[in-house]
Amino acid sequence: MPTTRKRIFIRALSLVVLTIVGIWMLLPFAWMIATSLSHESKAMGSGRSMLSSLWPQPLDWTNYAGAWHELNMGLLYLNTITVAAATTIGQVFTSSLAGYAFARLKFPGRDKIFVAYLATMMVPSAVIIIPLYILMSKLGWLDTYQGLIVPSIFTAYGTFMLRQFFMGIPSELEDAAKIDGCGLLRVYWHVVLPLSKPALVTLTIFTFMATWRDFFWPLIVMNSPRKFTLSLGLAKFLYEHGPKWTFLMAGTVMATIPMIVVFLFAQRYFVQGIRLGAVKE
Amino acid sequence: MKSRSAIFPLNELTMRDRQYAGYLFILPNFLGFLVFTLGPVIAAFAIAFCRWRITSRPEFIGLGNFVELMQDGRFWRYTYNTLFLMLGIPLSILGSLFLAVILHQQIPGAAVFRTVYYLPTITAGVAIYILWKWLLDPDAGPINQLLGAIGIEGPRWLLDPFWAKPALILVNFWTVVGGANMVLYLAALSNVNPELYEVADLDGAGAWRKFWNITWPMVSPTTFFITVMSIIGGLQGSFDAVFVMTAGGPGGSTSVLSYYIWEKGFQTYQMGYAAAIALFIFLIVLVLTLMNWRFGGRVVHY
Repeated sequence: MPTTRKRIFIRALSLVVLTIVGIWMLLPFAWMIATSLSHESKAMGSGRSMLSSLWPQPLDWTNYAGAWHELNMGLLYLNTITVAAATTIGQVFTSSLAGYAFARLKFPGRDKIFVAYLATMMVPSAVIIIPLYILMSKLGWLDTYQGLIVPSIFTAYGTFMLRQFFMGIPSELEDAAKIDGCGLLRVYWHVVLPLSKPALVTLTIFTFMATWRDFFWPLIVMNSPRKFTLSLGLAKFLYEHGPKWTFLMAGTVMATIPMIVVFLFAQRYFVQGIRLGAVKE
Repeated sequence: MKSRSAIFPLNELTMRDRQYAGYLFILPNFLGFLVFTLGPVIAAFAIAFCRWRITSRPEFIGLGNFVELMQDGRFWRYTYNTLFLMLGIPLSILGSLFLAVILHQQIPGAAVFRTVYYLPTITAGVAIYILWKWLLDPDAGPINQLLGAIGIEGPRWLLDPFWAKPALILVNFWTVVGGANMVLYLAALSNVNPELYEVADLDGAGAWRKFWNITWPMVSPTTFFITVMSIIGGLQGSFDAVFVMTAGGPGGSTSVLSYYIWEKGFQTYQMGYAAAIALFIFLIVLVLTLMNWRFGGRVVHY
């Protein structure tokens, strides 16, 4: 049995290690914020001390205004929020209906169809994206919002995750409701959905954030700058205007803060989501 | 006015009605699934056997793309790049396990640490890659400044063919180590029976023995799962990071397979060829998944 002194030593050492690691994780963010508040000339200078680069004097807020204008942040925000919200609503709505059906309802071919869903989950997204792009082209959906949103609604993950969840709910409540004379839609809406809040919220958050951060699909679908999402706008700016770091850091801060806020408010759903298998790394 | 239920008694649904209900429920999702997921998957197989520049008509060429692929020097080079970047996987998995083991003890403020450690994963994306591009900037970036302060002249990082890939591994490590894998390990650690450790203590086992003989085997299912998922992800991934930080360079030293697909499919619009590359990746993923299924039971040991 390790002695109490040894225990305290290990705990203290662990705390030190964890703190160092924590600082290492946070340092890039600190620099991001510091640079966004620095004046351009100071940010690029060499020969100034490390610590002073973390605490710019004086604080220069003009980068945010500059980024807002040059990067068109307002438009980027609007587009990203719209696309993310639409995709999330579509995904959660259709996936919950389908997930419930696969979990509870019996119909011929149900399990075969579900296997098809599972099979496509294994397919790398690159395989799907090429024909999908061609389809968008044929539909005339390139460079449109619907081209960005609609295909993203129909990934199999949501259905899979919710089906697993629905199967885990005890069916007594639903049976009771049916005996009381509720039709299926009623049972689904009034009984099952309220019970499923955790899973639904988790799916909502994950879908929203995945769409917010998505880069590849917007990159190939969107061409008009006024329709760009945040990822696309930032990347294009970097490529076309070169590394104007102070502006870019301000833009980065603005693009990142919403993610952090959502995360801080909804932390437990992330842990849940990982357990439910909603995370697609 | 009669209520609707008198005309259509919902509580007396026949078997057939229930079946129709099933189809109705899945209809919106299933239609979308057919058109936007399953359809494309099947189409990809067809496209890969064609030569198709999107403006012209597709031309069936059988295995032509695959033959060309096997002889394509850049393809093999980029495969090497992809595999090289995947060297970071064992590092980050061990890192996550390390952090999980330490965090698992009842440390004051554990929740704060968990939150902070998850931040990189949460924010990962184009914005964060832009941030790292600056951090790693050889002239203006803090990392080289830090190295300079202790007398080391830092390398050119993303601009140096030798250092670019290690730099990408570093960024990926930072992004991933405190994230989902660590959470999974924490969960797995909570499921380890504490009595095992107590018995080991009584036998006088040291920390390393306890880890190697108890902890490591007990979390091996998680380790296995994470490893397979990471490999599958690693084969397809890194596009965002590569695009933002290096654009595949310098000199093609960071181009990965997903980047090659983008170049071929969306820069030169050689759709058939790009589809062939994608299918090649899929094939490997399939093999790995099958191996996982078959041999998963043996590698995992209690």
